[in-house]
Amino acid sequence: MSIHQTSFVLSVEDLTVSFDGFKAVDGLTFYVEPNECRVMIGPNGAGKTTVLDLICGRTRATSGSVRFKDQELLSMREDQIVLAGVGRKFQTPSVYEDLSVFENLELSFPRGHGVFGSLFFRRDAEVKDRIQEIAETIFLADLLDEKAAFLSHGQKQWLEIGMLLIQDPELLMLDEPVAGMSVAERKKTAELLNRIIDHRSVIVIEHDMGFVEDIATRVTVLHQGKTLSEGKMDKVKNDPKVIEVYLGH
Amino acid sequence: MFAGYSAGELTAIFAMQGFAGLILFSVFVLMALGLAIIFGQMGVINMAHGEFMILGAYVTYLVSHAFADYMPALFSFYFFVAMALAFLASGALGMLVEWGLIRHLYRRPLDTLLATWGLSLILQQIYRSVFGAREVGVTIPDWMMGSLPLTDMIEVPINGLFVMALALGISVAIYLLMFRSRWGQQVRAINQNRVMAGAVGINTERTDRLTFGIGCGIAGVAGSAFTMIGSTGPTSGQLYIVDTFLVVVFGGAGSILGTIASAFTISQAQSVLEFFLSGSMAKVITLLVVVGILMLRPQGLFALKLRK
Amino acid sequence: MQIDRKTRFLTREEAIYFGLLAAVIFLILPLALDSFRLNLFGKYLTYAFVAIGLVLCWGAGGILSLGQGVFFGLGGYAMAMFLKLEASTPEATAIQSTPGIPDFMDWNQITALPWWWEPFNSLAFSLIAVVIVPVAFAFIIGVAMFRRRVGGVYFAIITQAIAAILTILIIGQQGFTGGVNGITDLRTLKGWDIRTDEAKEILYFVNAVLLFACLFAAQYVRRSKLGRLLIAMRDQEDRVRFSGYDVASFKIFVFCLGAAFAGIGGAMFTLQVGFMSPTLVGIVPSIEMVIFAAVGGRLSILGAVYGTLLVNWAKTTLSESFPELWLLGLGALFIAVVMFFPNGLAGLWSEQVMPRLRKLFAGRGAGARPPAAPFPANSASAPDSPAAKAAAE
Ligand SMILES: Nc1ncnc2c1ncn2[C@@H]1O[C@H](COP(=O)(O)OP(=O)(O)OP(=O)(O)O)[C@@H](O)[C@H]1O
Ligand SMILES: [Mg+2]
Repeated sequence: MSIHQTSFVLSVEDLTVSFDGFKAVDGLTFYVEPNECRVMIGPNGAGKTTVLDLICGRTRATSGSVRFKDQELLSMREDQIVLAGVGRKFQTPSVYEDLSVFENLELSFPRGHGVFGSLFFRRDAEVKDRIQEIAETIFLADLLDEKAAFLSHGQKQWLEIGMLLIQDPELLMLDEPVAGMSVAERKKTAELLNRIIDHRSVIVIEHDMGFVEDIATRVTVLHQGKTLSEGKMDKVKNDPKVIEVYLGH
Repeated sequence: MFAGYSAGELTAIFAMQGFAGLILFSVFVLMALGLAIIFGQMGVINMAHGEFMILGAYVTYLVSHAFADYMPALFSFYFFVAMALAFLASGALGMLVEWGLIRHLYRRPLDTLLATWGLSLILQQIYRSVFGAREVGVTIPDWMMGSLPLTDMIEVPINGLFVMALALGISVAIYLLMFRSRWGQQVRAINQNRVMAGAVGINTERTDRLTFGIGCGIAGVAGSAFTMIGSTGPTSGQLYIVDTFLVVVFGGAGSILGTIASAFTISQAQSVLEFFLSGSMAKVITLLVVVGILMLRPQGLFALKLRK
Repeated sequence: MQIDRKTRFLTREEAIYFGLLAAVIFLILPLALDSFRLNLFGKYLTYAFVAIGLVLCWGAGGILSLGQGVFFGLGGYAMAMFLKLEASTPEATAIQSTPGIPDFMDWNQITALPWWWEPFNSLAFSLIAVVIVPVAFAFIIGVAMFRRRVGGVYFAIITQAIAAILTILIIGQQGFTGGVNGITDLRTLKGWDIRTDEAKEILYFVNAVLLFACLFAAQYVRRSKLGRLLIAMRDQEDRVRFSGYDVASFKIFVFCLGAAFAGIGGAMFTLQVGFMSPTLVGIVPSIEMVIFAAVGGRLSILGAVYGTLLVNWAKTTLSESFPELWLLGLGALFIAVVMFFPNGLAGLWSEQVMPRLRKLFAGRGAGARPPAAPFPANSASAPDSPAAKAAAE
């Protein structure tokens, strides 16, 4: 164990959460290596979103441990977890509709996160250049001054991904990043994700199997809050248990 | 501080004080139930709740005069007629207000709060113009006067008992309505998932209006009951609004049982403290404790656990 | 097209609007009004401090406090305590049974100055207290509530309850606070008689300068990244939290800032009007201050000042001649603002008046943004958008 501890980016051990007796996540254990892209799949209600909620502090775990590098995340506040290097994208796109695309990205720039830091934050060349660079990556360079409310659904998803990129987290967690997208948007997003999952560890929740095969290093199949199967895509795909509860219909 | 009282006297004092607390409790329950329905089930903050109560009180006042003038023989029973009319008047006004005002603001709870405050100012002014600025009282029928001697030192006022019985009756009625009637089922369905409720054919607009109307109607009955223990002025409603809100929030919005438990806690605390301190300090301390507990436990005493 | 995204303290249009307000307050009102009316407007302007704070807390941050009167009162009482002590010299109070203490204490059989009154013998302490006491109080409330993520209507109700509690307390503790009458009969500030016409005129200008200082501070906040964060928090609190911000600390900050503004306003009220009483602390004044901000435009700090002046002027005029109408009018105002003009006067100006003026002077209109609504409003329609529906599936 102790040999591994330093080499894993994230070690989730025996993680459990119970909502009034209902265990949405039940004794879950998995490890994420540096630069790994871990995909989580599983039927609706399997507890995938809840796992991400637990890691990033949105839901408090009942028991277990989540270690990120050498820090225990379960005792940290959400913003501290983020500043430690864990980024999270929500299932429904959440961007600041009343602010421009530029301002949306700016708020995620990793500087000036305290009250007084933000009060005296300067929008200098470094900030602008970085935002420009990110905006190009996420196909929104021409829309920087548009209010986010006017973006299409896919563009909002990209913007949220961009907000995470500018944060430059070591561990990125994405909840169904291509859900609700058109075929063209989906292709572009896959391309985008392939580019950004380089150089960092990623946990992705996704139902789209084609997409999963494309990006996954390893796959975890979740069922009723427990791991049903784990490993390389080919192995998991042929696991009879997985076929029965998830793929088989 | 107990020096000079004999043990018997002390028991009597505590019993009387406890009884005063029970009356206060009934009053709180009557006030808070309507609000709890509206706030808990619809998420609407009705700052004019006190004015709906006062409407019930004025209706009772009018009915008592009508009986005295035209049917003096039946005067003993006017109160029951008054209560029914108070329910109808406040309920009808409530439905009108829901239609004209509230339904446009469902997504903006803070704005509802301001708009209903505006409504309360308008109602107060109307009461003042119609009934005058002075407080009015009703003549209590004979059978409600006086008190019932329990022992030779403990007496309980009959009108107090009546208010208590009324609070009990209305609580039971609401409970039955909420959990046994079709309306209650619809209200609870809407509360859990408005879109889905609409999709399965519940007329959410009508149910909302009815809910608001029933909540206001209960306020009217509460106002009617108040005339038995005190007089009514145009601004009487405002005196109660903070207590009422605290009772509802403290009980955990959405929980009728919680509202009753919280009304009990707050009223008992206040009336026991009143014995030791001045009335205003008793109130300050009670409210401070309630606010303090709410800061520690914002979901109230009996919160429902729901996924956001 | 290279857009310059510099964050200016004031855009050109905003500078014009600030200039216009300065002209109204520093020139037009003093020239147009006699000293009695000017003092009255000075009193109105003390409420504008509260309204500006509400624009930041409520308009920008979505935190509606119904207890701003508490902070106004704390600032006002701090000032009043100093002035009262100065007016209660042993010579001036020789006829009391205990000379040298405020008269209301003597009437309530109190024979020595309570310890917590002592520091208010010092002007420096009192002036600091005017700001620090409200801020400390707001800080405690803010930490307790925002750390536990209490917001929205719960926050509104609890702040309202606090306003009620403080009023009952002040009225109940007559001997220490002057009770329902408040602290009255204030005369001099370090020997300078504040009751004369000249003194009132000078105080009007001091008040105006302080108001502009607060306006500039508020403008700085809303121009800073913190200002944008407030809007972001109002709309997507979780996203802000998961972008690495401690949301509660930002809310605590604006709430305290609003309290500081209110405290200054309260102190200036005491100085200009010559008394402080619980009628300025309770539920009713607190919620009226919200309507000042709402009428002016909950998103505009300058609008809040105009709104305050307008509503108060209407109140004075109407309640002089038609007292019944005033309450009806005020009630209708609450409803109308919420239902029909959620962005108040500033919204009317930027959505109705300016576009027409622009058309009138076609070709000259430069800036495209409506400047009078500096905070973007809540896009209420957003949840209905097809995109959001698709996402929900
Ligand atoms: N705060 C909560 N309180 C009660 N139950 C909860 C809570 N959070 C999650 N659950 C329950 O836990 C289970 C797992 O939910 P979760 O959202 O994690 O599933 P999921 O795998 O993400 O599903 P989907 O594919 O539909 O997104 C569900 O049954 C859900 O109702
Ligand atoms: Mg999910």
